[in-house]
Amino acid sequence: MISSWSHENQQRAQHLLEVFPEKRSAAMPLLYIAAHEHGYVTDEAMREVAELTGLSAAQIQSVASFYTMYKRDRVGDYLVSVCTSISCYLNGADAVLEAIEDATGILDGETTPDGEISVEHVECSGACGGAPAVSVNWELIEGLQPDKARELIKWLRDAKPAVVLGDEMQMLFGGRKSFDWGPREAEGAVVALPAFAPYGTAGTEAGERA
Amino acid sequence: MTSKILLSRMEAHPADSNTLGRYVATGGYESLRKALGKMTPDDVLAEVKASNIRGRGGASFPTGVKWGFLPPETRPRYLVVNGDESEPGTFKDRMLLERDPHQLVEGIAISSFALDVQHAFVYIRGEYPKPARRLQRAIDEAYEAGYLGKDILGSGFDLDVTVHLGAGAYICGEETALLSSLEGRRGEPRIKPPFPAVEGLYAKPTIVNNVETISNVPWIVANGGAKYAAIGPETSSGTRVMSLSGHLKEPGDYEIVAGMTWRDLIFDVGGGILDDRELKAWVPGGASAPWFVPSEHLDTPVTIDDIAKQGSMIGSGAVIVMNDSTNVVGAAHRLVRFFSHESCGQCTPCREGTSWLERILSRILDGFGRPEDIGLLLDVSDNISPGLAWPPAMTTICPLGPSATAPVVSIMRYFRDEVEAMIPGLAEASVSAPETESAEVAVD
Repeated sequence: MISSWSHENQQRAQHLLEVFPEKRSAAMPLLYIAAHEHGYVTDEAMREVAELTGLSAAQIQSVASFYTMYKRDRVGDYLVSVCTSISCYLNGADAVLEAIEDATGILDGETTPDGEISVEHVECSGACGGAPAVSVNWELIEGLQPDKARELIKWLRDAKPAVVLGDEMQMLFGGRKSFDWGPREAEGAVVALPAFAPYGTAGTEAGERA
Repeated sequence: MTSKILLSRMEAHPADSNTLGRYVATGGYESLRKALGKMTPDDVLAEVKASNIRGRGGASFPTGVKWGFLPPETRPRYLVVNGDESEPGTFKDRMLLERDPHQLVEGIAISSFALDVQHAFVYIRGEYPKPARRLQRAIDEAYEAGYLGKDILGSGFDLDVTVHLGAGAYICGEETALLSSLEGRRGEPRIKPPFPAVEGLYAKPTIVNNVETISNVPWIVANGGAKYAAIGPETSSGTRVMSLSGHLKEPGDYEIVAGMTWRDLIFDVGGGILDDRELKAWVPGGASAPWFVPSEHLDTPVTIDDIAKQGSMIGSGAVIVMNDSTNVVGAAHRLVRFFSHESCGQCTPCREGTSWLERILSRILDGFGRPEDIGLLLDVSDNISPGLAWPPAMTTICPLGPSATAPVVSIMRYFRDEVEAMIPGLAEASVSAPETESAEVAVD
């Protein structure tokens, strides 16, 4: 195991290496864990995943560089991803992106100098019925209009939520949804990575790690 | 005609349709009990075949036929559920995963029993952490209650289910790319044959089915394949969840029976056109599908075969509606930009061609289009997919490249005057630009 990793992440890694019939299948989950440990997918993170999976560092780099969600540069505490694909485009997504760029003072693809917020445009988020859609640390807000997008940015800066919760943001800033979301979701994201308990990236509403 | 299969629980019990308690209280896991207790794997396979269900991921391939491709002797076999839903316009699997995950888990358990699979995987796109969490919780509950794990319901049948998150690559929805990704590789499609049923995950026989497809299996086992086949037209049996979006008053996921007209779907189900404007065009089956227009298609039926006959596809069931405020070059550019971004880069016609198409459309949008761009758009498209026919001729390993030509050919076929009007030199002269031979084929 990678001794610099937290005890919990070492256990998660061990479980992932055992759960698949071949260890190499753990490469993608382990890249998420390594990105969490290092803040993003550093060279060291890729070497660690190579060591754990028995693949070469070059193979891991080829994987990490293929997928857009493995960030190979530092990302802000809050990664604001604006969907600009067709249905969101038809419903005004470009104006939402502009509002967010204006509110943050940075452009698509950049991170604020204080390291708080990164802004990017993304391809289809699967929220087409609730266009335009934006996610923060991959937790979704649907029907987010430009004025509310500005408020969202202010709120992220002021409230600095430790756990980013989709239902909370939707209630505060969202509009029309793709479908009824059903019960309130108690888990959210603790970092700018998809919040999934087996990867150690999820937290609960109460502010605890899931 | 309304017949609810997949959405009935979440509509009747919106507060807790995702929980084991509600699932069991509404008849959940009874189909698994029936399959394990009273049926053989071949009985289950026979019911799925009899249902005539066709895959809901995009290719509309008959599920029972796909299952029948497994070589009889080789073990282990794997079931991989495709929850990579990334086709622009599509958001149905997200709802099925979030709102009724046990329906999928039961479908996985029954299907795995039928296919003699002891380890199933669900590949969910990385942008869907909430659907993944809901599914993982359902899986954890199912293990706890004895619906997954060792000796399920005392039958001797063992099954493990593992959830795997992608990391932002549309191409992983293509089944062989998905398997590459699940093996910890770049999500690059593989040449078929061999098909996954013969050589799939770890080169073992593997069935890859969409979330919605497998979610239908509990109902099929409970009610019989014949009853499922009796819903809707013969070759579009059962219900399907359509994702309606774009310029609609009531966008959303709707479970429909095939056979209604596009007019019914767009104006009744979808509530009509946003801002009461005119309907200009729609994409009938996800970003990859050639567009339809009201003058030709509005009163034709929404079935897999009728759409195919008219040169498009139902694909993932995603309908993207555009009203008359839409700049068709802008819309086509957004679609092409998507494919250009998502091209895996293996095949030259797709890697280079999609990028060319994006840049040409981009300069037309910016007012720097050239008269020869009309011919160039069609020529580049023809190099990706010779003849620009549908279904597309392939120069590439997978259909991503040809998909990028669909919006280009669509605007050339239906809105060529609008494209020309955006090109300085053509706008004033209103003369046709020189065309390639393929261009003439395309716009006929």
